[in-house]
This record gives sequence, C-alpha cells and structure tokens, in this order.
Amino acid sequence: MKKTIIGVIVFVIAVLAFIRWFSGEEEYYNLKLEKLKQEYSVTPVSSIDHSKLSALQKKFASPQEVTEACNSCHTERHREVMNSAHWNWERVSYVEGRGIAAAGKKNVLNNFCLGAQSNELACAACHIGFGMTDDHFDFNNARNVDCMVCHDNSEEYMKGASMSGYPDRNVNLTKVAQSVGNPERINCGSCHFYSGGGNNVKHGDLEEAQLSCDRDLDVHMASNGMNMSCVACHNAENHQIKGKLYSVSSENYNRATCEDCHTGTPHFDDLLNRHNAKVSCQACHIPLYAKANATKMDWKWSDAGKLRNGEPYREFNSDSTSEYLSIKGTFRWAKNLKPDYIWFNGTADHYMLGDTIREVPVKMNTLFGSHDNKDSKIFPVKINTGDQIYDKVYKTLIQPKLFSLNKGDSAYWKDFNWNTAAAAGMARVGLPFSGQYDFVETIMYWPVNHMVAPKEKTVGCAECHTRSNGRLENLAGFYLPGRDHNRPLDIFGIFIIVTCLGGVFVHALFRILATSRRKKSSIDTITEP
Amino acid sequence: MKREYVYKGFERFWHWSQAGLIIFLAFTGFEVHGSFRVLGFEHAARFHRVASWMLIGLIIFAIFWHLVTGEWRQYIPTTHKLADQIRFYTRGMFRGEPHPTKKSGLQKLNPLQRLVYLGFKLVLIPLTVLSGIVYMFHKSLDKNDIVVISDIPLGTVAFWHTLGAFLLMAFLVVHVYMTTTGRTPTSNIEAMITGYEELEEDEDEPVDEAKVDGQVDR
Repeated sequence: MKKTIIGVIVFVIAVLAFIRWFSGEEEYYNLKLEKLKQEYSVTPVSSIDHSKLSALQKKFASPQEVTEACNSCHTERHREVMNSAHWNWERVSYVEGRGIAAAGKKNVLNNFCLGAQSNELACAACHIGFGMTDDHFDFNNARNVDCMVCHDNSEEYMKGASMSGYPDRNVNLTKVAQSVGNPERINCGSCHFYSGGGNNVKHGDLEEAQLSCDRDLDVHMASNGMNMSCVACHNAENHQIKGKLYSVSSENYNRATCEDCHTGTPHFDDLLNRHNAKVSCQACHIPLYAKANATKMDWKWSDAGKLRNGEPYREFNSDSTSEYLSIKGTFRWAKNLKPDYIWFNGTADHYMLGDTIREVPVKMNTLFGSHDNKDSKIFPVKINTGDQIYDKVYKTLIQPKLFSLNKGDSAYWKDFNWNTAAAAGMARVGLPFSGQYDFVETIMYWPVNHMVAPKEKTVGCAECHTRSNGRLENLAGFYLPGRDHNRPLDIFGIFIIVTCLGGVFVHALFRILATSRRKKSSIDTITEP
Repeated sequence: MKREYVYKGFERFWHWSQAGLIIFLAFTGFEVHGSFRVLGFEHAARFHRVASWMLIGLIIFAIFWHLVTGEWRQYIPTTHKLADQIRFYTRGMFRGEPHPTKKSGLQKLNPLQRLVYLGFKLVLIPLTVLSGIVYMFHKSLDKNDIVVISDIPLGTVAFWHTLGAFLLMAFLVVHVYMTTTGRTPTSNIEAMITGYEELEEDEDEPVDEAKVDGQVDR
C-alpha cells in the first residue's frame, strides 16, 4: 500500500518534470537569424570611385548638367527612374470598387498638408526632379531627373526650400557628383523622415532618430547592431523600389516584407509560427512606435487662421513640438505609442480628388481586410485623425491652394482666406467649388512597419490573450482564446459543477445522518432489556 | 469476504495518469479560457498542449489495452438491475441495504457505472479530445502546407471543447464522491491504488476461482 502511494507520487512528479522538460524555453541558436546577420554584416565595396571619373571633373552650372553627366555613362538608367512612382507621383493599380486607376500624390489627399496640387513650389522639394512648379511639369524630360537626392553620399546635397525641387543654391554640385553611391539612410530620410512638415510628423515609425540609434529603438538600423540601410530591405532592382506605404499605394504587389528575409517560419516554436497565418510579424515585434520623438496624431485645420495683431503666430508644447500654427491649425502629438490593430490584406483605397463624401469621418485611406479574408492579417497601424475643409454643396474634400511666395496670390498661408484658397486650388485640379465650405472630420491609417524591437521586448502572449484591456480588445469578428468566451456556456458550466457539488454534499449529509441513526437504533436495540 | 485482484497494473497506471492529466489540463485549460491567472497565459497554453499530447498517447495505449485484453466487454451496457442500482444510491444505502450487484474481477462495474463510463469513453472524452485537436490545428500556416481548418469558426470549436471541460469537471466531482460509497469510504480508492479489494463472496453462484484467475488475471 505505502509502496504504491509512493509510486503514484513519484509518477506524478515525473509527469510534471516531463512537462517542464518538454516545454522549457531553451535558448536555441537560431541559425536562420545567424545566417541573415552574417549576410548583412558584409558591406559591399563599391567597384567604382566616381571622384576619378573624367566626366565629373568639372564645375556644374545647373543640376541638370549633373544628370546629363550621369546619363553619359548610365545611359538608360533615367528610363527606369522615369518609370517609378518616385518620379511619376502616381502608380496605375487595381483598386477594389474603383477598377484600374492611377493613384498617388497627384490625386490622393492626405490628413496633413492635404495635397500637393497647386502647392508644387514647396511640395516638390520631395520630388526626385527639378522644376516642378505647377501641373505643367514635363515628366518625359530626362534632364530633370534628380539622381543626387538619392545617391549623394557626401551629405552635402539638399533640396532648396520652395524651389520646386531644385537643390539649395549653396550645394557644391561637383563634390556631390563625385561622391555618389548607394542610397544611405539620410537620402531616404530627407524626405521620408520629415514628410508632413517636420520630423516624424506622418509615419511615427520613421524619423531622424533612426540615423543613429540603439537596438531598443530599431534592431535593424541600430548603430550597435546590424546598422542596415533602408535599401537593404527596400532593394531597388532597376529603380523599382520594393515596398510601399498605403497612404498612397493600393496593391498587394512588390511589398517589402519581413518574410522576404526571415521566412514565414522564423521561430523555433511551432505555436508562434502558426500565428503568422493571421498575425503579421509587425503586430508582435513592434510593441511601441514613436519611441524617440513624438508623432502627430491629430490635426485640426478648422482652428487655422487665428491672427494676433493681423499676423500669424505659433504656440509650442514643452517638448518644442508645435501646438498651434495660424497657417495650419491645432495639433496633438504623442510618443511611445502602442499601435492600433486592424485586419489588412495588402490592398487599399484612397480618397481621391473629386470623390463624394459618403461617411464621416472621411477615410483618407481605407485598408481592406477582415478576419474571414484569407489574405488578411492583423497589422499595427497609427491612426491619425483631424478635420479638413470640404465643399458643403458638392460634398467633396477641397484641395486648397496653401503655398505661395507672395501675398494676394490666393494662398491660404499668406492670405488666410479659405474661400479664395479653395477656389484657386479646386480650379487648378479642375473640380467645381460652390463657395460654401466647412470642415469635416477625417481619419487616416498608417501601417507601422519600422522600429522593430529586440526579441526580449516583443509583445507578450497575455497582452492580447487577456479578458480585458488587451491590445486586440477592439478587434472584432473572430474568437481569440483568453479574450473571448461564451458567456451562456460559462454560466451553464458553473451551474452544473455547483449542482454536482451541492448534490454530492446533500447526499453525503443524508448518508451520515442515516448511518448515525441506524447506529443509534442498533445500540438502542442492544441496550434494551 | 475475500481479497481479490480487481484492477490490473496497466489499468491503475492508466486510471491515475489519466486523472492527473485531466486535472492538470483543466487547470491550464481554464487559465487559457481566462477564468483565472496563475501560470500566465503563455505557460498555461504551452503546458496544456504538452499535457494534451500525453493524454492522447495514453488514450491510444488504453484503447489498445481494452481491445487486447477484452476488458472493453466490461462496458457493454445493460439494463439488468439498473433500476435497482439507482434505487440503491437514492434510497437503499440510507437504510443500510447491501449493494444490489456483486463486484468481481470479471464484472467490476455495476450497471450504472457501465452506462456512465461508456458515455465517458464514447462521448465525453472524444468530444473534448477531438475538439481539442481541431482547436490546436485550427489556424495553421496556410502557406506552409500544414492542416488548415478554417471552415469551422474557432468560437464553435472552443464552445465544444469548453463544454467538454465543464462536463468532465462535473464528472470528476461526482466520480470522486462515488468512490466513498464502497464497502468502506476508502475501500474503492485503496482498490484502485493496490489493485486488491475485499469483495463479498457470491453465495448463490459459487465461482470457480482458479478459472477466473486463469482467464483474466495473468
């Protein structure tokens, strides 16, 4: 008997030890990751030194001359560039419910400075061309391709402010031309970090802190880590740059994905790998974004136009982000943000100029996807809100003319008159303006793809698999273990267990009573004379 | 009274390890369900899966044992004396009446036990185990050619699995209590541990003990 009991105890302990042994989190040596690290730690040495080329040993009178010099050797590269969205500011793609359409900065509005049309003089500082002053830019003129903005490795080159894409007058073009090479982080960042009018305004996960950061901020770009450049992932075979962001893009095509390098099964744990069927890598591996500097979360254009003594003014927050600008309105910034999560299948629609407003808030972009859609996964997004001007009669958003160098040119930023700004902007894009405007709430979704955290800081299981306050608390349409439960079933289950316990208890009580009564009666029988 | 070898070695091993695994699975399972928080979701889910595979392995062995030894016949349902048995549990035992059925190595289950255990083996365990397997493989990698069961919503799978768990817990409560209704409150549990039980000798139909031992025991 004792032996058996000891045996059972030993067995139970053995079972528990067995479970522990099987489920122990051994620190595996992840060969997949090591292989990648090895591959990307080798920096390729350029096979050419542009400073030794005779074609570049001269003083360039205009940036176009530099382009001509480039083309004298790279004779057809400009064709590739001129076939890219960076040049055309639009891409022909299929959009659900819209068909085949060209969409891009030419016709899509956004939640920040609204749109580039009629404001090219300023906006073209982020166009890879020279001289886009208005809508008459010649997209077929190869001389206007700006090679330097992407390929300058001297950090000398910069586009001039309000110069329609021309470089700043102080740039030493010879020095730039002689030091070209593969794009570095600052080349991409000069536009993609500062879009929307300042550092980290739009994306939240792309900003100047990534020029030099540690692994906690971004494991890929960390100076003390892999120190990867943007083009390491966004490689650009024939100048067709891999990857897209759904603020302007629409199709699930040629995306730069984590899986490209890490494969669809990067974990040793099969359970984690299986999550990849419905959960994007980013959802768990980017626990926070805007980790170093704040990003703009809300922009109320309706507040714009307040003047002090007839002059525009600015108000700043304590962290030197702007809170109010007369030319732009009121902002709300935030940092160290947990992303929102949505179902996304890689296709999107956008508010395009002329579209009728059908719902409020107006979705500047619509990311398609649902749990039941086979291609959809849970993605982290930054949700940006705000309001902007619209036409009360035609029910369309308005492309206002914001920028001009001079007053009296209908530009809102000089004249602070929405009526003339709206009329001028809409006339430029060829759409009617009724003269009656108001402001309407808008919303925009920015997928968060960068600022991948070290694996120790990954989103933990219980941050989603929890009854309340989980990261996926508001993501509906599916059953998430740990978060969801069938309430009637739980009530039934507890009821049936309690009933059994109660029944057992009552039965036992009756037995005890019956036994003691029988004992008593038998004692009585015996003791009776 | 005589001391008889009722529960074989494997039977006892199977019984207790199954009991341990089911209790452990219930503990981790209800944590995954969100009923309480002890180990943390990650550990609970991980342990639950490991233990579930162990239970599946055990069940496969048990099925094999039942078939090979012919012990499955113990569970053939019968209505013979079923009413008597129910009457005994609801009335007779309070009056000190004897068990209406005799227990032996050849016939260790009373008619009520036969019915309940058969239901346990044919309905409750399959319901919980099969729904558990579907749960485990529910959303597998679609691009890596692993099983994908996406036509059944996970909520439905979880419903049946959780229902099975609740019913198993209810079974556990009653089952544990019923062990105390033997000759003495602990005699049934002792029998399941040691294998031997003091049984009443059947006076009406004397059994050739040697024959019984030879057939079933060894």
